[in-house]
Amino acid sequence: MTDTKTSNQPAEKDGQSSAGQPEILYAQEGQVTFGPDQALPLDCGVELSPYTVAYATFGILNEDRSNVVVVCHALTGDQYVAGTHPSSGKPGWWSGMVGPGLPIDTDQYFVLCTNVLGGCMGTTGPKEIDPGTGKPYGLEFPMITIADMVRAQVRLLDHMGIDKVLCVTGGSMGGMQVLEWAASYPNRVISAIPIASAARHSAQNIAFHEVGRQAIMADPNWEGGGYLDTGNNPRAGLAVARMAAHVTYLSEQALHRKFGRSLQDREAVTYGFEADFQVESYLRHQGITFVDRFDANSYLYITRAMDYFDLAADFEGSLATAFQGTETRFCVVSFTSDWLFPTSESRNIVRALNAFTAKVSFVEIETDKGHDAFLLDEPEFFDTLRGFLTAAAKEQGI
Amino acid sequence: MNDQSHTNLASAGNNKLNIATGLRVDLQLIADKIKPGTRVLDVGCGDGALLNYLATDKDVDGRGIELSQSGVNSCVARGLAVIQGDADTDLTDYPSGAFDYVILSQTLQAVHQPHEVLRQMLRIGRRGVVSFPNFGCWRVRWDLLTRGRMPITKTLDQPWYTTPNIHMCTVKDFVLLCADLGIIIEQSIMADHNGRPTPIQGSGFFANLLSEQGVFVLKNGV
Repeated sequence: MTDTKTSNQPAEKDGQSSAGQPEILYAQEGQVTFGPDQALPLDCGVELSPYTVAYATFGILNEDRSNVVVVCHALTGDQYVAGTHPSSGKPGWWSGMVGPGLPIDTDQYFVLCTNVLGGCMGTTGPKEIDPGTGKPYGLEFPMITIADMVRAQVRLLDHMGIDKVLCVTGGSMGGMQVLEWAASYPNRVISAIPIASAARHSAQNIAFHEVGRQAIMADPNWEGGGYLDTGNNPRAGLAVARMAAHVTYLSEQALHRKFGRSLQDREAVTYGFEADFQVESYLRHQGITFVDRFDANSYLYITRAMDYFDLAADFEGSLATAFQGTETRFCVVSFTSDWLFPTSESRNIVRALNAFTAKVSFVEIETDKGHDAFLLDEPEFFDTLRGFLTAAAKEQGI
Repeated sequence: MNDQSHTNLASAGNNKLNIATGLRVDLQLIADKIKPGTRVLDVGCGDGALLNYLATDKDVDGRGIELSQSGVNSCVARGLAVIQGDADTDLTDYPSGAFDYVILSQTLQAVHQPHEVLRQMLRIGRRGVVSFPNFGCWRVRWDLLTRGRMPITKTLDQPWYTTPNIHMCTVKDFVLLCADLGIIIEQSIMADHNGRPTPIQGSGFFANLLSEQGVFVLKNGV
């Protein structure tokens, strides 16, 4: 087993928003490689070995290792929750939520986020080298599931000597991991905050993912998944996948508010297929910038893992059974304008928890920002998380 | 059946606070009925004042349901397990006999189906504790009689077109409904508009005429 750790520069927020923001101290990142003696049993039946888990941490682990908050990232997220992203130079994806004095307060908690299994930011995924062949895995990478992602995280925590976590939280696919954590390791999770998530991926969401995957696979540069061998990249396909997905993260109101029918750098429509409208230009930009930071095969694998997620199916078809007898405190959060993971999905989770009178709080946050609201500054949302987490910590004497 | 029901609870702010506990006096009446160390569901728990008191002072394992987001947020921030939900629709999610007490404080008159809510309460809990404003109180009768308009009193302080109270009843109505539903009233306390218990005992003619609120401890008949 190898374990490398590097200290980050104290993280700062960029631009004006950094004014008066204290720096996050003790930001670290590292990766741990687990050898053949610790092969990871995957749901598909494959024993994955060796495998590497890349992670980032923020804050200081206290002496009795009781202040751990595990953050699980979404489909296209990564371990750089807060601080400055090492490759883009931008603030981490949840830098409004995680940091000194913020709801997930790095002065108080030790925040840990791993890149998910199948990802492309250091944790083993299809773009890494298959030691058996000496070439990138590509489509030879085994199918992974949300449960496999969580298994890999648990291995890392075991390696760090962390038994219980004060809280596991995350939005969207991150929320799926939270639910998996709570169902599979109830004794290790003191509190859980699944945000804008679901206990199973809906038919509509599977359909959207399939559109994205087909866009990637229709790109000739995908080369049957072997593009890394030839140095190609299915940029067009991945960009289209991202563009389609990005629409699902927003809401009609948010798109209208942001763009309306405004034209892009022109006075009149051009009677052609250029990006006449601002919304087109915006989406194209989203697609192009995504291609630079994400691996197409990773996108295929991770979307598939989400499609396969059905927590109830793993517990005799009953979501309530998944949480039976749990002592974990839950705080379930949804957003009114989120049509990708609508409130009804969160209510399903709440209903299952109520069936055993689990300790559950549930808040639906009023916003027009759609699914992406969980990444944005929503004061009610922030207050909820802060209050819930503070209460959980207080109960543990932290 | 929206944020107003929370506003309405807040407007019971006419009610004085108990000096010893800091709890609103009408909530204190309910709290006094709850045995320590029990499991409690507070339906329409507002900002969580009662649940918080029960958890800290009576070691109660409490849960809550509240309609308004502001109320839920306040509860969650206090560390209470409260869900955003509706008494009319969400009680069916709870298993039978899961709680020792299910509390319905100043909420019965604001639900769509009071009789169904009462049934659900006593399915989920071994006891129900219900409080509501008494529409049979002489002040209400007098206001309607003399003004010929929907009554406005200290307890019922909103005009008919904004009030969340869509199913007002008198103490007598309530007692008769309980009888119809096979519900036994174990205890009843009549109170003035401050929530202070009045010396009127029972639930008879004078109680219905003189009390502004009633608090009832209920259980299912055999």
